Amino acid sequence: MSMQNNYAFPDSNGRYGQFGGRYVPETLMSALLQLEQDYLRLRADASFQSELAYYLKQYAGRPTPLYFAERLTEHLGGPKIYLKREDLNHTGAHKINNAIGQGLLALRTGKRRIIAETGAGQHGVASATIAARFGLECTVFMGEEDMRRQALNVFRMRMLGAEVVPAMSGTRTLKDATNEAIRHWVSHVDDTHYVIGSVVGPHPYPQIVRDFQRVIGDETKEQILEQEGRLPDTIVACVGGGSNAMGMFFPFVEDTQVQLVGTEAAGHGIHTEHHAASINKGRPGVLHGAKTMLLQDEYGQVTPAHSISAGLDYPGIGPEHAHFAESGRATYVPVTDEEALSAFYLLSKLEGIIPALESAHAIAYVVREAQRMPKDSIVVICLSGRGDKDVEQVAHMEGGLADGANS
Amino acid sequence: MERIRDAFASLGSNRALIPFIVAGDPDYATSLAIARAILESGADMLEIGFPYSDPLADGPVIQAAALRSLNRGCQLPDCFRLVQDLRKETNKPLIAFTYVNPLMQYGATRFFAELAQAGGDGVIVPDVPLEEAPDLANAAEKQGIAWIPLVAPTSGEHRVQAIAQQARGFVYCVSSLGVTGERSAISTQVESLVQAVKRHTNLPACVGFGVSTPDHVREIAGYADGVIVGSAYVRRIGDAASGGGDAIDMVSHFTMSLKDACRG
Repeated sequence: MSMQNNYAFPDSNGRYGQFGGRYVPETLMSALLQLEQDYLRLRADASFQSELAYYLKQYAGRPTPLYFAERLTEHLGGPKIYLKREDLNHTGAHKINNAIGQGLLALRTGKRRIIAETGAGQHGVASATIAARFGLECTVFMGEEDMRRQALNVFRMRMLGAEVVPAMSGTRTLKDATNEAIRHWVSHVDDTHYVIGSVVGPHPYPQIVRDFQRVIGDETKEQILEQEGRLPDTIVACVGGGSNAMGMFFPFVEDTQVQLVGTEAAGHGIHTEHHAASINKGRPGVLHGAKTMLLQDEYGQVTPAHSISAGLDYPGIGPEHAHFAESGRATYVPVTDEEALSAFYLLSKLEGIIPALESAHAIAYVVREAQRMPKDSIVVICLSGRGDKDVEQVAHMEGGLADGANS
Repeated sequence: MERIRDAFASLGSNRALIPFIVAGDPDYATSLAIARAILESGADMLEIGFPYSDPLADGPVIQAAALRSLNRGCQLPDCFRLVQDLRKETNKPLIAFTYVNPLMQYGATRFFAELAQAGGDGVIVPDVPLEEAPDLANAAEKQGIAWIPLVAPTSGEHRVQAIAQQARGFVYCVSSLGVTGERSAISTQVESLVQAVKRHTNLPACVGFGVSTPDHVREIAGYADGVIVGSAYVRRIGDAASGGGDAIDMVSHFTMSLKDACRG
């Protein structure tokens, strides 16, 4: 494993090793440079930080618990399993951490309007929520296919006063919603802040989102030391763009004894064409303004991703994850739709916690590997969101709301 | 690169008309015939869009064209072949417009070498701004391909200066905020952008994004060295492909009317 002490990425060019950078139309460059300058100034500003801390505590409900999953631990007969309960945040997922941060960033830079892209709808809901709270106008771009899969979240966003615009191009999922958001931003860059929802996009976004999400890992570190008196052996988080994983991993990056595992959506299996495993099956390329690992054909056309969970249904991944994979600091493993679905049921029945289908991918990895892990080891799983949004989708897969979910 | 220089030098008091089409739209043979007709009707150069799955600088019209082309199986080798087929018939500059990912996958050196070998003269990469450009611009230069960068209304004097210094062939001035697509009017801002470019380079400055009608062209011809017309062509090609007329006829007449507006 490479040395991770004094980890200092991104560099001055917005790079994480070979990954990252700013591959955007010239029209956006001045705005990105200005955003970087504003962000670095505000990050060092005590009043900004205390305002952020206030909203995280009083509005989002932080800190979230680090919960010992006793029955899951007993059932699997392997390591002690803890769940970082991001599902208990206001709006039901970790997405609110970043939305609060970027909402404050918009306010402090005089922008009265925000736009966002969303996959499963959790980031869209978080953005719409913050827009309501801070009195900002909000437009959310969402793939038409995802609007169908996550109809409830579309309704929530509209209730909160946001405009939801369907992305009709390409695969009509998160990738295309992000394209539409960028296109819209190019036209409205003078009065609009683009709230990117994951550790993706051109510099400085991967850094901004990481910094606003690192509260997950910072709290986890404090909580596990309090409960166990030592750091965990393994941390597991699901990865689409990778914001919950990066928020969880980043505070541990220099603790090289802690194994970091990201779970990628393997869909129907990585031997098929229906998956979203960009680290395992992709090659370096450029998507949404960053060089990263990307699912693509031999001529560099982006190939459609597939996952049961809309939030992981993305052909790219945050550039810092691509860097972690290349440097060996984290490993990225595929988890299929089927494995995720059974973990979804397992956690619901053993712990009374219905996880988001995204988070179920992280649980499924531990279910699969528990027997191979020492009994005295400690595993922390980032439970990035709650599964309420997925109940309807799962019910339909199981034969409808009336007689489903008896398996 | 020389062909671009010579083309501007031979204009006299006229302005350069640079139409844009997407390679393989709606299919290879038709796009070749369309390109031929555009050049024969008086275009001074041709910008050829290489279709891409995620064209984030493009509006719906060019997105749809890329999709038509990709659905017919047009890939990078077909784009090079189009350049090669046209080069057999014309001495006018042929400029590739490609997003960075296909270029990166193919390998920059290989891409520019094959483009040069096919008879291409320049390249426009809309998602590579100044900071990311040096390696690619050098690779293009080594193969004799002109690196044609974009400047935007948001660039500011310092960036315009640095971009102008990086440019070869000409500088592409983006008329307004936003993606490609027809506009009802051309922003008056773009004239000052062209002037800013001219303060920093002797290369020609051409205006694109939103240029849709002979009136637009006439207006821009008052201060710029050339105009790029994209979506207005691509929309006509799309209409024809869905049964709305004869593409060759439409682009030929359109080219003649624009060419007329370019005369000084």
